[in-house]
Amino acid sequence: MKKSSWWEFGIERAVQLAGVSAIVFVILILLFLIRESVPGFADVSPGELLGERWYPTEGRYGLLPLIAGSLLVVLGAAVMALPLGLATAIFVAEVSPRWAREVLKPLIEVLAGIPSVVLGFIGMLVLAPSVRILTGAPTGLTAFTGSLLLALMALPTIVSVAEDAIDAVPKSYRDGALALGATRWQTTWRVVLPAARSGILTAMMLGIGRAIGETMTVMMVTGNAARIPKRIGDLFYPVRTMTATIAAEMGEVAQASTHYHVLFVIGISLFLISFLINLAAAIVVFRQARRSERVLS
Amino acid sequence: MSRQASQRVAFALISLAAALVIVAILFIAGTIAVQGMGALSWEFLTGVPGDGMKAGGIMPAIIGTLLLTLGTAVTAVPLGVGAAIYLSEYSQDSGFTRAIRIAIINLAGIPSVVYGLFGLGLFVLFMRFGTSILAGSLTLGIMTLPVIISTAEEALRAVPQSFRVVSTSLGATRWQTIRQVVLPQALPGILTGVILGLERAAGETAPILFTVAAFFLPRLPSSIFDQTMALPYHLFVISTQVPGMPIRIQYGTALVLLCFVLSMNVAATLVRSRFRRRRQW
Repeated sequence: MKKSSWWEFGIERAVQLAGVSAIVFVILILLFLIRESVPGFADVSPGELLGERWYPTEGRYGLLPLIAGSLLVVLGAAVMALPLGLATAIFVAEVSPRWAREVLKPLIEVLAGIPSVVLGFIGMLVLAPSVRILTGAPTGLTAFTGSLLLALMALPTIVSVAEDAIDAVPKSYRDGALALGATRWQTTWRVVLPAARSGILTAMMLGIGRAIGETMTVMMVTGNAARIPKRIGDLFYPVRTMTATIAAEMGEVAQASTHYHVLFVIGISLFLISFLINLAAAIVVFRQARRSERVLS
Repeated sequence: MSRQASQRVAFALISLAAALVIVAILFIAGTIAVQGMGALSWEFLTGVPGDGMKAGGIMPAIIGTLLLTLGTAVTAVPLGVGAAIYLSEYSQDSGFTRAIRIAIINLAGIPSVVYGLFGLGLFVLFMRFGTSILAGSLTLGIMTLPVIISTAEEALRAVPQSFRVVSTSLGATRWQTIRQVVLPQALPGILTGVILGLERAAGETAPILFTVAAFFLPRLPSSIFDQTMALPYHLFVISTQVPGMPIRIQYGTALVLLCFVLSMNVAATLVRSRFRRRRQW
């Protein structure tokens, strides 16, 4: 008897420890990012970090071109992926016949499973030449090419989360609207979507979060020129993103050099951005859960 | 515009968007399948790269990715399933569990390249594992953890409460109930989540860039402290770093990688659908 209660106690502690490990890892990640980036903040003044020129070989560590590059590519992706993803989610949840749903859902899972390096590869070989011909730009490796591929990568997240949200709207809402004489589209647009809006918002935030952190695809297709995009037309020129900079340069820097530490500065910025986006998405979900508990109880 | 007409327009636009997505996916998968098929041969799958990677096979990269996937599983599955058991079976809703949940959400959102930086800082440099299979597996394992925890927890919570109540009323202890009743029922769901998590890890490049991946290493690793080639990194290398690379080999490598991850996807789907048919509640 004694032995088994010790066993029970041991197991409970062990799984609790496993649970705590998630917290430990987040703290460890933050700690190591801080540890390796602090010398970067010490070596390079904040003014320089916000400079307009990223030339590490000449000791210039202005992050502005990289931040602007990431923003441009992600904005471009969002403009394409948000409507497309929402429309696809509506299609799957409300419009499509059963057979189309059975085709589309596994296909979207396939898209989610395609490794980013494979998408980057296709982007380089197939998409970039087409972009070059269509836009007449000197190269097809542009911010726009990156946006197109990132939109594709964000789609599965947006579609699946938004579809769940639309699915979760009680059937009585739809029945009520249809009984009042609304068409199916009016029901979808004016009743179902507003009821699902917080889930849809979450879907969009998570999709954009995914796009910001994406590395290999953007590194392979955006051309990696560290210049600040100033006009909309710069969408069709090469840019360099924060993630691609880390991936491309970390392999070549001397350890503990200023360049090395500044790359960690970029890393910790990415960590904080993704943390804020995910926290915001989680808060929306928590709040929604509480509200629906109130409504349903 | 009448209500019926606007419905027709809206539905047409929505269907068009869905069709666009389908076409894009089929185009990508189709292009790789058609172009890559020509490169596939027994020599390609089992040979080592030769002539500056412009000839020969990709066997070391395939083995490397297998090893890394295994290492990821060894790291992430016990921790992930343990954490899920804790969250679903033991914990009360408290500030503490909420902290764990926020940590999981945060882990899930961290960009893969940041995991690479972390692995470099902690495992490669601080713990002195060097660029090694060990460092890469640990990095990929931590990255996979949130996927496994959340899917496993969902699977555990799907087991009806009455199963637990009956087992406990028969005199089983809490752990006996979990082991003998809850886990077997949740196993297919947990397995699906594990496979999907590993699928993602197998295709990742950014986390292994600085922690394990070897540019060119035409032999097999002999211990977990060795570097190894890996399929995703190899595809990156031969499509961006090697001038004059035959396009056939590039597509062939992409196809092998795609088949590797998609076969895991199919496996997960099979486990899930078999389970749905068999389940008793």
